[in-house]
Amino acid sequence: MKLKFINLIFAAVTLLFSTNVFAAETIKIGALFAVTGPAAFLGEPERNSAKMVVDEINKAGGVKGHKLELVVYDTTGDATKAVQLATKLIKDDKVIAIIGPSTTGETMAVIPVAEKGQVPLISCSAGSKITDPVKKWVFKTAQNDSLAVGKIYEYLQKSKQTKVSILTVSDGFGASGREQLKSQAAKYGITIVSDETYGPKDTDMTAQLTKIRGSNSQAVICWGTNPGPALVAKNAKQLGIKIPLFMSHGVSSKKFIELAGDASEGIKLPSGKVVVADMLPAAEKQKKSLMAFVKDYSKHYKAEGDHFGGHAWDAVMLIRNAVENGALTAAAIRDQIESTKSFAGIGGSFNYSQADHAGLGKDAFVLVEVKNKDWSIVK
Amino acid sequence: MQLDQILQYTLSGLSTGAIYALIGIGFSIIYNATGIINFAQGEFVMLGGLFTLTGLQLLHLPLWASVPFSITATTVIGILFERLAIRPLRQPTPLNLVIITIGCSILIRGLAMLFWGKDTHAIQSFSGDNPIAIGGATILPQHIWILVVTLIIIAINKFYFYHTISGKAMRACSYNRRAAGLVGIDVRRMVLFSFIISSAMGAVAGIIVAPLTMTAYDVGVMLGLKGFCAAIIGGMSSGISTVIGGLILGVLESLGAGLISSGYKDAIAFIILLLILFIRPQGLFGKADSERV
Repeated sequence: MKLKFINLIFAAVTLLFSTNVFAAETIKIGALFAVTGPAAFLGEPERNSAKMVVDEINKAGGVKGHKLELVVYDTTGDATKAVQLATKLIKDDKVIAIIGPSTTGETMAVIPVAEKGQVPLISCSAGSKITDPVKKWVFKTAQNDSLAVGKIYEYLQKSKQTKVSILTVSDGFGASGREQLKSQAAKYGITIVSDETYGPKDTDMTAQLTKIRGSNSQAVICWGTNPGPALVAKNAKQLGIKIPLFMSHGVSSKKFIELAGDASEGIKLPSGKVVVADMLPAAEKQKKSLMAFVKDYSKHYKAEGDHFGGHAWDAVMLIRNAVENGALTAAAIRDQIESTKSFAGIGGSFNYSQADHAGLGKDAFVLVEVKNKDWSIVK
Repeated sequence: MQLDQILQYTLSGLSTGAIYALIGIGFSIIYNATGIINFAQGEFVMLGGLFTLTGLQLLHLPLWASVPFSITATTVIGILFERLAIRPLRQPTPLNLVIITIGCSILIRGLAMLFWGKDTHAIQSFSGDNPIAIGGATILPQHIWILVVTLIIIAINKFYFYHTISGKAMRACSYNRRAAGLVGIDVRRMVLFSFIISSAMGAVAGIIVAPLTMTAYDVGVMLGLKGFCAAIIGGMSSGISTVIGGLILGVLESLGAGLISSGYKDAIAFIILLLILFIRPQGLFGKADSERV
């Protein structure tokens, strides 16, 4: 009897230990997002989405028994801070991959740290110079500006509107868009007849638009993030500008329609597929991921999931998939991400390779139009 | 066509200029009563817009009730600002005061960010969005609101400063605080009054401009700076010269953006500010070396 009892205890203790021995170690992922500061509109949904997807993965038992742990730091949109925090993530937190930062400037600053620390960095910002030229440890999930520009130009070329005016915001996003708009124009047979800019804090763009109205352009392309483009839309309506108005993917959220009100009707813009997730055909590869993301996000945060959050979602999923394929070290995760093929995420269908660390093609964008205060896909 | 364009630039410029003028007068009133340049003036503008939003969306008040609600709420903040940050100061040197107002502006902005979030918010126009054509140019009904409200406020100001006892007392403070105190004017009360008036005016500016420019926790910075420019051009007078200063600034900005390059729009404002400070520090209309009126 006594022996039996001891046996039982022995068995229990062995069991206790064995679970300890066999329990897979936690995978630590670092994240740098601009949760506050001027780029908070990027950082906040990114942090929310990353947290959400990590929680969901852990709730479902982790990846092959490994739980994920997300260490998030707020860079406030400051490149210096981003560098310090990246070093901290690598040296102190010993993460095996870093997601973020949110803006191109921060990412460019953090790249040397990640390269030196030999930790894969999956940036959530759009600048094409992040992965051009390709850097061994650096990937990105946000669509290149050049793809968005191409999408608009393709449409303009098809509808034979070849004289365009551009109106870009004088910050990093606008400058990068302006560069792409100007450099790609010739390829699509488009001439830029008027090249205007506005300040990120400007409250009235009628002067620029009056000038554009006076030119012989057939379309206006405005490149900026809220609230500027909403003001442009309102001002254009005030001035009675009849030529079609195009916006960038920087405003592809319901917030833009809310801000611009009636003035947003008929505006076209390239957008990640997330805003039109429910309108996509069932055969669309991304549809499953998109619907899951949109549903989860609104359940967790009572807000609409946007494509900024999607960049973080994609980044976490890339790491998750790498771990599932057996990668447990920074180097193995890097190799796995590089060999990712046709991963249908939020930003698009990702195909990474040794020569391409951006992973997305033109199909990452759809051209959408505002109709009856909602998005619709332009065929 | 060219003439149409110039008309449009001028009209756009006048309507933005009217806003700069309102904010500029807020700066001047406090400056004249206290010698402080209140760098938190822009935040009153921001609060005006955002409190209106609260009235409309959170409390579901109609617009005519949201406006006084917003003005009252902003004025209360103006009073608290004076009571908690300006009055307790032991050594009110100009530098201390300026730094305190900058600190407060950052504080107010931060609190507003926590309370209203980081998003930009739209507010409905007072009377529709149908453009009104004037010659070849167009303006919105809201622009007329802005011009009319600015005119009314300036008229009220004029009346207050020249035809009421407390307005005259405030002017006395601006001539010479010590002498005003000696003849029995409660200078500290006048300081409080100046904060009440300028926070209320800031709120009004924020309310009438919000339907056009939308509003967010950080709109006060740039508007405040432009208002400050207007006040400098007007020589820190709380009367018509600051109004003209604001209008000049608005029109030049708009013409500059249209005829030269939109990239230089803000630069134009600040170049004017520097030129005025270098060449005519007493303002465009002030007499050199005379006491400020």
